[in-house]
Amino acid sequence: MTAHDPEAMRRANAPTTTYRYDEYDAALVRERVAEFREQVRRRLAGALTEEEFRPFRLMNGLYLQLHAYMLRVAIPYGTLTARQMRRLADIADKWDKGYGHFTTRQNLQYNWPKLVDTPDILEALADVEMHAIQTSGNCIRNVTADHFAGVAPDEIEDPRPTAEFLRQWSSLHPEFSFLPRKFKIAVTGAAHDRAAIMVHDVGLRIVRNDEGEIGYQVVVGGGLGRSPFVGKVVGDFVPRRDLLAFLEAIMRVYNRFGRRDNKYKARIKILVHEKGIDDIRAAVEAEFAAMDRSVFAHDPAEFERIAGFFAPPPYESLPSDSQMLRAAKLETPAFANFADVNVGAHKIPGYAIVTVSLKPIGGVPGDASSDQMRVLAEASERFGFGELRVSHEQNIILPHVKQDDLFALWRTLDAAGLATANAGLVSDIISCPGLDYCSLATARSIPIAQAISTRFADMSRQRRIGKLGIKISGCINACGHHHVGAIGILGLEKKGQESYQITLGGDPTFSASIGEILGPGVTAEQTPDVIEHLVDFYLAEREEGEAFIDTWRRIGHARFKDVLRREGEDGADI
Amino acid sequence: MAQFKHPQILIASNLTDGEVVFLGASGWERDHRHARVARSAEDAAALEACGRRDICANRVVDAYLADVEIGGDGAPSPMHYREKMRVKGPSVRLDLGKQAAGGAP
Repeated sequence: MTAHDPEAMRRANAPTTTYRYDEYDAALVRERVAEFREQVRRRLAGALTEEEFRPFRLMNGLYLQLHAYMLRVAIPYGTLTARQMRRLADIADKWDKGYGHFTTRQNLQYNWPKLVDTPDILEALADVEMHAIQTSGNCIRNVTADHFAGVAPDEIEDPRPTAEFLRQWSSLHPEFSFLPRKFKIAVTGAAHDRAAIMVHDVGLRIVRNDEGEIGYQVVVGGGLGRSPFVGKVVGDFVPRRDLLAFLEAIMRVYNRFGRRDNKYKARIKILVHEKGIDDIRAAVEAEFAAMDRSVFAHDPAEFERIAGFFAPPPYESLPSDSQMLRAAKLETPAFANFADVNVGAHKIPGYAIVTVSLKPIGGVPGDASSDQMRVLAEASERFGFGELRVSHEQNIILPHVKQDDLFALWRTLDAAGLATANAGLVSDIISCPGLDYCSLATARSIPIAQAISTRFADMSRQRRIGKLGIKISGCINACGHHHVGAIGILGLEKKGQESYQITLGGDPTFSASIGEILGPGVTAEQTPDVIEHLVDFYLAEREEGEAFIDTWRRIGHARFKDVLRREGEDGADI
Repeated sequence: MAQFKHPQILIASNLTDGEVVFLGASGWERDHRHARVARSAEDAAALEACGRRDICANRVVDAYLADVEIGGDGAPSPMHYREKMRVKGPSVRLDLGKQAAGGAP
């Protein structure tokens, strides 16, 4: 593998801005690999039945899907080093089919690993301080965070030290390894929610109180899936010193009262919905008051040790405006479009945040070839301190790029098919793998995303439309977050055919809302037409500067329903 | 026993690599066109019994019956779109899965 080259070793020793394993972490992950290797050996030897083996493989991220096994690799809070990205590429080449799929939980999935190879893959991941632990199963999953963490101008505090703190608390926690159902935590430290914290089992928002003290607003009971709910505030301001104890109290209440008799009612969102947030808050506060909190006493030195890994890289002192950037935009219109759409403001003058879209027109959302992964790794080293992020929107972020370097970066990305200037636009579609890969899916989702993306291929048209989030799921489990798409699409089976239910008005931010169903399902062929008519209707109705969700809220769902009704009158069988 | 409406084949996943396999006349086949076809409820029950046996023998996992129609060449092909997908591969990556080898029509 190329990661063993001298050049790769030199890169491996480059400074990073993410958590590095200590001896304990490294030993724990290695032991887990050895344990899984033995479990696989026993399974292949017939000493374990599939029923006995399934929980072991799931706790190591290994699923059995429609065509093959699938391995889900954890990318904690979406942060990757160049070295790690290269290793993901190497694994894709050596043990998979040369590509990977970045998911809505900031993870990476391989679609074709063999069971017999999985222990070697996990060993290769452990070499670069990665694993697949708790990417499945009824446990606390990979803790996700704002993909602009540490660089966003609107941030109170980088959420990643908190996320890492929680990862260490929740990893292999014996009390939380057999929860009623899976449990997802997201953290943001910014004024704008880019981590969708309102639709997680627990969402944490870093806030500052009147005394200037940092703490957390704690939201509980959000979630998508079969029964979508927006989370509710269970703690307005939880001081950092109480965070672990407060979360432990929530988990204990969930463990005690959460339903285990029906998997469809086992998520904490159902508990919060059935009992009411006031009862849940009272139960959490009672548990918090009664528990021995000394066990969870905040250790500021440990938090600071962790936070130290996320220290800012050695930025140069630069003017806030780059003349090179200005000139390159004037000279190269394609680059200007990219800079206008995919480049965001950075908290440090002279730097920028770059979103690398994994949504080429007509492409598979979230997929990257191994060659593209290597280009991204190389680009992050040349232009961004060797750091990358995975967004829950299934894109890659280069969080520290000098404005002076943007044009050179764009040329590098463009040569690798990674310069689609559509971040946040109508073709930047979130999509789960759907029935093309997933054994749970009831319909395909990727071809729908491809058809819509192709329909809106004209980039100037996309820019006229502006920011618009389309999210597609291939089943009611909602991995594609369709409930919180301004336009959501859910693939279902209807009379033996794929059928697509459209929702409008979803919002994944602090002003979260669940989309409302537009009307009867439509066919795959009709879906791009319906979406186009909805977008055209929005353009006709919108007021100056109004986003789709704002127009929908202002004029009401019924007006948009008329669009679908007119579609039916045009002869479509909807 | 469920009512028997259509001919059926038995589909499973191979244990070691997860690839989709079909119970044939003399073992598990990777091409659905070589699958044994059940034409009665009794035939289908026999296929399922073979599946249970091979699950216990750790050859395959997740075996189940799928409805098929029989083509002019006598070969079975799945009726439901989910199984149509399984005999080919991802519809968005024609270079992958069984279809890539030219084995699945």
